[in-house]
Amino acid sequence: MPKSSKAVAVAENARLTVRKTYKLYIGGKFPRSESGRTYLVDGDNVALASRKDARDAVVAARAAQSGWAGATAYNRGQVLYRVAEMVEARRAEFTALGVPAGELDAAVDRWVWYAGWSDKIAQVAGGANPVAGPFFNISAPEPTGVVAVVAPAGLLGLVSVIAPAVVTGNTTVVLAADPQIAITLAEVLATSDVPGGVVNILTGRYAETAPWLAAHADVNALDLTGVEHAELAAELERAAAGTLKRVIRPPDGGIDLSADPGLKPMTALLETKTVWHPKGY
Amino acid sequence: MTVTAPIGLSDLRSFLHGLPGVDKVGVEARAAALGTRSVKAGSKAKAIDLAIRMVDLTTLEGADTPGKVRALCAKGRHPDPGDPSCPPVAAICVYPAMAGVAHAALAGSGVHLASVATAFPSGQAPLEVRLADTRAAVEAGADEIDMVISRGAFLAGDYTRVFEEIVAVKQACGSAHLKVILETGELATYDNVRRASWLAMLAGADFIKTSTGKVAVNATLPITLVMLEAVRDFRERHGRQIGVKPAGGIKNTKDAIKYLVLINETAGDDWLDPAWFRFGASSLLNDLLMQRTKLTTGHYSGPDYFTLD
Repeated sequence: MPKSSKAVAVAENARLTVRKTYKLYIGGKFPRSESGRTYLVDGDNVALASRKDARDAVVAARAAQSGWAGATAYNRGQVLYRVAEMVEARRAEFTALGVPAGELDAAVDRWVWYAGWSDKIAQVAGGANPVAGPFFNISAPEPTGVVAVVAPAGLLGLVSVIAPAVVTGNTTVVLAADPQIAITLAEVLATSDVPGGVVNILTGRYAETAPWLAAHADVNALDLTGVEHAELAAELERAAAGTLKRVIRPPDGGIDLSADPGLKPMTALLETKTVWHPKGY
Repeated sequence: MTVTAPIGLSDLRSFLHGLPGVDKVGVEARAAALGTRSVKAGSKAKAIDLAIRMVDLTTLEGADTPGKVRALCAKGRHPDPGDPSCPPVAAICVYPAMAGVAHAALAGSGVHLASVATAFPSGQAPLEVRLADTRAAVEAGADEIDMVISRGAFLAGDYTRVFEEIVAVKQACGSAHLKVILETGELATYDNVRRASWLAMLAGADFIKTSTGKVAVNATLPITLVMLEAVRDFRERHGRQIGVKPAGGIKNTKDAIKYLVLINETAGDDWLDPAWFRFGASSLLNDLLMQRTKLTTGHYSGPDYFTLD
């Protein structure tokens, strides 16, 4: 009888596996796309973000920004170091998603390197200025605010754009290229004391969502590192000009992730505040 | 001017307790269902402009200064100075001490001046003091008075006292419109909200208002639904239209549009007018302006582009 043979087949399979749906990461939570859309990536169900998800992510990033920037640099460094610990702990999971061991090492190393800059960048990017008068004149770097990022592919690509933005106190809305790797990184962030909203990750087609972020008046900077089409990059830059955003252009010939990133990825997302204070009173 | 009750005072208790009970589950489900309506594009643009015209832009802080009140009045007259097509708000709502400043700042604008009175927000002062408070606000130029009822008396079942106080305040108002704040967050049940609504309307209120904004529970959709049913039924029975004003906790455009849907589906579109429906709010206006800007410019706006109030 067909019924009993089916029952036997289930018994032989022992159990049904729980299939994972990769959702978005907004405000520390993992919602489905507001649009309800999903798409298949290598057999996995992945959320396809809409412009409203991008809008919600900006709201979350804005809400988190003052608290994150207001935390001590030491505390931000500790939290980011914790992220590196958690990536180490999930090596097997990233490996299963196809991240080569070398890239995984490089990603953890880079994250730790940026974490170390949290309480040092102010000394390098700012300082006391000599002025012709009885004043203390001090320049201090401050985070630009909410940064929209089009991330390059791979785990190292994600780390190379997220870490330099958040270490100085910015919050981010990241349009990720590799959904499974990005959302696995989001699971790392969600369990690493990174406050909800500091990093928000959207998966899907960045050509659809990036223009909304580029023109959004509550986004302060736009990192186009992961944009592959020169024409789209130029279009996004023009849209960003409408609200005078900082724009990081995609590097000519693509990003070289193995190179020493230098300080530029951090300093590009800092604003300098200079204070004059009378001396001798 | 005297306000005559459509029913005798002796009947008040039996009338209020004879009102049908509110189905708590039903009213909450109805409000939640109406809250899921989607209002888009052209309808949304119209809804936003209507909501802006319905805002009673409010500042009720101990730290209010003449400068802050003048700034708020300027904002009420021209909510979006960069866009002349943006309508003004319905009214500015302040404490009586600030009514004079606001009156001067609003002169000739058509924006109404509302003042809270009667020992707002608790109402726990002798009646004479509350009446003097009201007269002072009217003399300072307020053409709308937001009074609070004595919740203590209401909850103790002393409906006659609450009724007579509203009548007295209405007389002290003269020609000014009277909005009666029920402070629904302290009334505990929907049945009490319905009773208090009828009590205020029978006593001569021009508007019934949910809350002071000073307690934990402010305006909610189900409470406003109960009050809209009350004004609808009151007009059917007595032929006089009463306005409704939810206040406190309405922070964004989405919420405001839910209220507009609720009005249309409950009391009817006669109430879809600033003369008959108001939002008591402060932060709501900026969100309405941001949504409005999104519709006119095609990109999302941000709070940096609007004043902090």
